[in-house]
Amino acid sequence: MTRRVLRSPTGLAGAVVVALLVLGALVSLVWTPFDPTLVDPASTWLPPLSGGHLLGTDGSGRDLASQLLAGARVTAFTAATATVVAAVVGVGLAVLAAVPRHGGEVVAHLIDVLVALPTLLLAMVLAAVYGGSVWTAVVAIGIGTGVNVARVARAEMTSVLGADYVLAAEVAGAGTGRIVRRHVLPNVAPVLVVQLSLVLALAVLAEAALSYLGFGTPPPTPSWGRMLQDLQQYVTVHPLVVVWPGCAIAVVVLGFTLLGDALRDAIDPRMRLPGQAAPAVEVLP
Amino acid sequence: MVVFLVRRTALFAASLFAASVLIFLLLQLLSGDMAQVIAGVQATPAQVASLRHELGTDRPLAVQYATWVGGVLAGDFGTSALSGVSVSAELGEKLTVTAPLVAVAMLLSVLVAVPLGVLAAIAHRRRLGVVISVGSQLGIALPTLWVGLVLAIVFAVWLRWLPAQGFPTAGWEQPVRAVRSLVLPAVTLALAEGAVLLRFVRSATLGVLNQDFLRTARATGLTRTGALLRHGLRNAALPVVSILGLQVAALLVGAVVVEAVFALPGVGQMLLTDVGNRDLVKVQGEVLLLTGAVLTIGFLVDVAHRLIDPRLRVSR
Repeated sequence: MTRRVLRSPTGLAGAVVVALLVLGALVSLVWTPFDPTLVDPASTWLPPLSGGHLLGTDGSGRDLASQLLAGARVTAFTAATATVVAAVVGVGLAVLAAVPRHGGEVVAHLIDVLVALPTLLLAMVLAAVYGGSVWTAVVAIGIGTGVNVARVARAEMTSVLGADYVLAAEVAGAGTGRIVRRHVLPNVAPVLVVQLSLVLALAVLAEAALSYLGFGTPPPTPSWGRMLQDLQQYVTVHPLVVVWPGCAIAVVVLGFTLLGDALRDAIDPRMRLPGQAAPAVEVLP
Repeated sequence: MVVFLVRRTALFAASLFAASVLIFLLLQLLSGDMAQVIAGVQATPAQVASLRHELGTDRPLAVQYATWVGGVLAGDFGTSALSGVSVSAELGEKLTVTAPLVAVAMLLSVLVAVPLGVLAAIAHRRRLGVVISVGSQLGIALPTLWVGLVLAIVFAVWLRWLPAQGFPTAGWEQPVRAVRSLVLPAVTLALAEGAVLLRFVRSATLGVLNQDFLRTARATGLTRTGALLRHGLRNAALPVVSILGLQVAALLVGAVVVEAVFALPGVGQMLLTDVGNRDLVKVQGEVLLLTGAVLTIGFLVDVAHRLIDPRLRVSR
């Protein structure tokens, strides 16, 4: 399957972008061209490629390239952990809603209500109570996208549970736990993988939006969303610097989306038809 | 149809109730003692207790919830514990900015996404279709806030056609300035949502293009375009209408970000300020208003879906 993903041009492009993000995040742990938080009043607003600053500096003299590199850490971390939370929430709720003979309906309706509570609002509610941090962002993004995953997964599980092989397993004496583990989960796994790869992309956008609004990564930790917030007040004088963090976010989101598309094609060739299903996950700013 | 309406309305009411309970509990249980926060660490226990009584937080949770929801049903979202301002009055004022912003953005995104999406589907094997498709994919990946910044740089800073930020303090009493300051935010929001909508329109139209009934329509002598316009789009509209409901939710949240980028005094801006101040009564009201709007639109979309699709009307 990995080979099939890498052989398609979109899959390869997506994989390269994701690999670069992870590599950048790892490298920034041990090395960045300059200290990303180092304020240097002597070298503010340097243009790109001057004084050893690849992309130049911001209004406090901090190196932009180093900030981008260190920002990749927050992006990669938030995306990965939020997706793990989304997987747990999504699968857990979907199993509760689809499997039990009684009470599943209630959970299904609860999922629908939770879907109506937008992720960004949930993040703000958590930030209002606990103050904004990477963790409130991760929990909010994970739960907010997880309920959407749950909705899709529940539909898939319901159709699997109606299949003849599940009936056969039941007749053969398999318990609920065994049916879920042996039949339901493996059969919904492809759909889950595709949904979760979309969650990765959404998490990157959501983290940027939250940090921009001031409810994500607190200063001085560099993050792409907060870079945009910092640089915004100077756009009239130095408009070009906002290009870098914006492009970084867009490229990573595009990378995750392309990888998700390629995964979907590799897992289920039927979906490669022109009328391919559009992402079923909520779309965030 | 009547049975459906009754069932769906009951479900809608239950969802609203569940959402209000959820929001209330989330904010009340997680937040700790509001009175202690307001009074500060220097306050004596007696002072805190009297403040608690004044705020009503010494009553049982169920009573507090009932008071709050009772007020909301009567149009009263409570009073801010910090500033003493009526939440409803402020929400009403802020909505005069947010409501037109969201409505215009919605309209713009539909006007752009539907024709382009259909075009991308018809031409999906040709260069034009691929270009539109790639463009929409990019539109989804670009963060809304960044698109807003770039538009502001180009149209406000360089070309000086439109204001970069803010809203006239006199509000709609200066209609020309008010409209001008909403142009860039509305376009930003419409671009982000339009890109998503376009993909749904495209895939819905593509799904219809291969259907048997379209081939039959062509066999009766209609041209490709004629058949698509007369029989295809009606069918493609169904999934798109359900997506529109979800889109409004995304638009409302997008409005929060766009209002921050363009410094617009709307509901989103109000929410940001109140979250920053931890003014929980107001946050509670704002989150309920936005979530309620999403649920209401979902309800309306479901009903509209029934009305458009005669097949659904017959079944059940």
